[in-house]
Amino acid sequence: MTLLQVRGIETHIGQYHILQGVTFEVVPGEITVLLGRNGAGKTTTLRSIMGLNPVSKGEISFQGERVEALPTHRISRQGIGYVPEDQGIFPDLTVGETMRIAMRLNDDHTKARLEWVLELFPDLHKFWGRKSGLLSGGQKQMLAISRAYVNDNRLLLIDEPSKGLAPIMVEKLMLAIEQMKAKTTVLLVEQNFMMASRIGHRYYLMDEGRIVSEGMMAELQQDEATRRKYLGIA
Amino acid sequence: MNGIINLLVNGLATGMLIFLLASGLTLIFGLMSVLNFAHGGLFAWGAYGGVWLYAATGSFFVAILGAVVIGMLLGLVLERLVIRPVYGNHIQQILVTLGAMLVLSELLKVVFGPNPLKADVPPLLNGSWEVEGVILIKYRLFIICIGAIVFAGLLFVLKRTKIGLIVRAGVMNPEMVQALGIPIRRVFTLVFMAGAGLAALGGALLAPYSGVIFAEMGMQFAILAFIVVVIGGMGSIQGSAFAALLVGLSGAFMAYYVPELSLAANMLLMVIVLLIKPSGLFGAKG
Ligand SMILES: Nc1ncnc2c1ncn2[C@@H]1O[C@H](COP(=O)(O)OP(=O)(O)O)[C@@H](O)[C@H]1O
Ligand SMILES: [Mg+2]
Repeated sequence: MTLLQVRGIETHIGQYHILQGVTFEVVPGEITVLLGRNGAGKTTTLRSIMGLNPVSKGEISFQGERVEALPTHRISRQGIGYVPEDQGIFPDLTVGETMRIAMRLNDDHTKARLEWVLELFPDLHKFWGRKSGLLSGGQKQMLAISRAYVNDNRLLLIDEPSKGLAPIMVEKLMLAIEQMKAKTTVLLVEQNFMMASRIGHRYYLMDEGRIVSEGMMAELQQDEATRRKYLGIA
Repeated sequence: MNGIINLLVNGLATGMLIFLLASGLTLIFGLMSVLNFAHGGLFAWGAYGGVWLYAATGSFFVAILGAVVIGMLLGLVLERLVIRPVYGNHIQQILVTLGAMLVLSELLKVVFGPNPLKADVPPLLNGSWEVEGVILIKYRLFIICIGAIVFAGLLFVLKRTKIGLIVRAGVMNPEMVQALGIPIRRVFTLVFMAGAGLAALGGALLAPYSGVIFAEMGMQFAILAFIVVVIGGMGSIQGSAFAALLVGLSGAFMAYYVPELSLAANMLLMVIVLLIKPSGLFGAKG
């Protein structure tokens, strides 16, 4: 049973044909990693799933239901949390206000999730009343992840959480994402192959708007040639 | 002493009317960063709508309510057709909303004729009470009450409810708010409609107060409202309320004691405030 199924999606931005037939699936309970060098189309793939860059062709099914024609807010409400590449912080709102907006319900279950994530990221608890714009880069990332996690989402789309962060912070975030795996499913975009390979189960490798390689993470770790070709790393 | 109390009531009543007009403006600007120069047109439509509905139904309550509905519907059309394409661009907003303002004023003349209309105070609110030798005009007290209720209601919605936060977040990053499951376009439309409804409410209440209404009244009051919004600090409801009362009171007292200066008083007030605090009295950003 797959949670998310993406079948042959094509996405245009303006006159550019960015995604040229992308097919992959996300299995529940796993961390699926979308790899690929800069400009491969990873962010556009996530944005297409969220309806922010609507697809012109292909199908996206989430929990068996077609979502590619829905508006973004409806897609989100199907149970998909989104952490954008630029974190999408609301600079003038405090951490607390941000979480208040994010929480669709105020029931015990959601409150418990909030508590759990605040334990995971004590910084957010500490800076609850601080304007989000004044947080450090790592704290902003924690906030963005918590905001996506706090609702009972079945799937989190996380776009390059390690970008621009110090190694210690990256380590912390990866550990956190790994812990979230127990409660939700993650589709992770990551350039940091070391990190991705440590927490990811399955990978899809993108290049020029297409999936060029896929399989279990462990396989890619053995496959130096593919890594060298598409990621430029050995 | 009695004279002073009278001036006080007059000043407060005028101030509250200005506040109603300015609050819609500051709501739309403060939350959505939209400069809406068509606001005065909505105000005038509220006045005409109220007068017409009062004549047609004989119920002042229906007239006020109807005027607010007219304002909100016009707000809906305005937001969809005129504002939506220019979110985030102040220069274009000024141009298109000024255009919309002219259209609204001209349409008033088409619908209601070019001549000024007379507006009556409803019997229930007509006349005055005399308390210890002080004459309290009922309609003015009524305006003060409505203004206070609207003020409290607005503050509550913005500070205590999630909707205020959502709109603020939506201004900063609409995509992200949608990705959180919130239909932000619809929220923006609602805010705009609320602001337009407030303008129309102000117009409908003003009509019996001034006794006569005319198509260009919108422009005249819009300027006053802008002065108030600027003095109070763009986007601050408390600031608008404070500044509106200040303008209303200073207007009343100046007209009584130094009538020669009363016309210039508001501009003077604005200049002084802006010189001392360029962001306005309650403005956050410098
Ligand atoms: N708004 C846009 N306008 C034009 N081209 C874009 C836009 N966004 C992305 N692209 C192009 O689409 C391609 C894929 O971008 P993106 O999905 O951001 O890649 P990745 O996330 O893998 O680095 C790149 O070539 C990029 O230049
Ligand atoms: Mg990217």
